[in-house]
Amino acid sequence: MARITVTVDGVTYEEEVEPRLLLVHLLRDRLGKTGTPIGCDTSNCGACTVMLDGTSVKSCSVLAVQADGCDVLTIEGLAEGDRWHPLQRAFHEEHALQCGYCTPGMIMAALDLLRDDPDPSDEAIRHGLEGNLCRCTGYSNIVRAVRRGAQTMSGDAEAVRGR
Amino acid sequence: MIPAPFDYVRPSSLEEAVSALADAGEDAKVLSGGQSLLPLLRLRLAYPSVLVDIGRLPELRGIRDEDGHVLIGAATTHDEVLRSPIVHAECPLVALATATVADPAVRHRGTFGGSLAHGDPAGDLPAVAVALDMEFVVHSPSGERVVAARDFFLDYLETALGPGEVLAAVRVPKLGEGWGFHYEKFHRTAQAWATVGVAAAVRVSGGAGGGPRRVEEARVALTNMGPTPVRATQVEAACAGVELNGSATGYAAATPNGAGPGAGLDTRNGCGPGGGHSALREASAAAAEGTSPPADLHGSPEYRRHLARVLTHRALLSATTPA
Ligand SMILES: Cc1cc2nc3c(=O)[nH]c(=O)nc-3n(C[C@H](O)[C@H](O)[C@H](O)COP(=O)(O)OP(=O)(O)OC[C@H]3O[C@@H](n4cnc5c(N)ncnc54)[C@H](O)[C@@H]3O)c2cc1C
Ligand code: FES
Ligand code: FES
Repeated sequence: MARITVTVDGVTYEEEVEPRLLLVHLLRDRLGKTGTPIGCDTSNCGACTVMLDGTSVKSCSVLAVQADGCDVLTIEGLAEGDRWHPLQRAFHEEHALQCGYCTPGMIMAALDLLRDDPDPSDEAIRHGLEGNLCRCTGYSNIVRAVRRGAQTMSGDAEAVRGR
Repeated sequence: MIPAPFDYVRPSSLEEAVSALADAGEDAKVLSGGQSLLPLLRLRLAYPSVLVDIGRLPELRGIRDEDGHVLIGAATTHDEVLRSPIVHAECPLVALATATVADPAVRHRGTFGGSLAHGDPAGDLPAVAVALDMEFVVHSPSGERVVAARDFFLDYLETALGPGEVLAAVRVPKLGEGWGFHYEKFHRTAQAWATVGVAAAVRVSGGAGGGPRRVEEARVALTNMGPTPVRATQVEAACAGVELNGSATGYAAATPNGAGPGAGLDTRNGCGPGGGHSALREASAAAAEGTSPPADLHGSPEYRRHLARVLTHRALLSATTPA
């Protein structure tokens, strides 16, 4: 067992973990953060995407022990109370989800993209979301939602940082 | 799936890492970005007893502009490589290939050294390493040794790294003036591994008032055309001395949108105008010689041989297109 300290969505946790525990399992099974789903066994789908120290990672492909001392932001940390994050609102308004399974990962990947490129072209959005698969929507509404979210967020530094 | 149990150590220096590996014995494994290893552990295709995590060691991270080469620390992430002005200026082929690796989230974790140490012939960087004659700086309890790229990749997922050895850094030789580069990757879906890839570096003389443009030297290496990356030496030899016909030469200049002399033909397959084109296409015909490409869901060996020829031609055209 290893002792780790991680901050998740602004709350610091100290946990005893087995080295083989995946970050996504720490989030879901230990901390109850089930907003982050698991969609595959091959690191391909991106459903589990979270921010680790400010950049997107697939939390199924990081060990909890590797996140020791780090800051994790999940989809559950985006809203401020009842106020959704602009990207959450944009996904809702642009009908960018059907089953919603891919949505948390899509939003976190989009947040990562907008950090670098606050006003991305459609092509840049498609590239930025390359590691995230959606079985339902055909992606077009997702691209639209990211564009709309970007417009709302422009000038709002807090939103860009995910707060 | 949940990986089988293992122990985990996070040494605080390279020296400690090397001795931790030595203590842990044969079944220990180095963990760098984990983007190849963790999927293997999750599928229970690997059962290491101990993981020695080198991912955070500062001495294994970063990119330095040194005399004659660029030094890339093994634990430097793909993302850091892509953001490095040194890489873009001094070894752009590394950036071109790295940009095709996986997706942003994987590139945030996966490392330059990990991609090479993994020894996967479908990986994009091994071909670049042999094309550029990179040198691998390897540490073990008995000290440091340097392995040339051509001696590093031994077989499918097998490299010259012995148990207990850590790849610390890689030296990427600077090629100097006159070189053009391209990495041509064929894959069927975004984020996928290469069905076949071609890394090309070509030195061209002349042009811009200095006489006809001529290929002086070419280096071509293939991804996923065998259990290790391979240099297409016959292509390289056939390219030397090829004259590129002025403005009609090159990928971009080759009949934009199918208008012009070669209209209706895919000039990227070499059907377009210009002697340089057909000579480069002829040179590319030897691309599959001596290769032993795998058969899998993505293609038969014969299909891969075909791809190798077509992609080599495209890579050469792009690498010889004036910027
Ligand atoms: C969805 C997905 C798509 C991908 N697509 C591509 C792609 O298109 N092209 C591509 O090239 N790669 C691709 N990759 C792999 C990616 O490039 C990995 O980053 C890389 O293969 C391994 O680097 P790593 O740092 O994650 O290594 P790890 O997973 O940590 O290690 C891989 C292996 O190398 C050994 N190792 C690592 N570092 C060292 C070292 N310094 N010294 C000694 N041994 C070491 C480990 O013991 C292990 O056996 C993909 C990965 C995923 C998950
Ligand atoms: S669960 Fe599919 S990439 Fe993590
Ligand atoms: S909405 Fe169902 S997977 Fe994307």
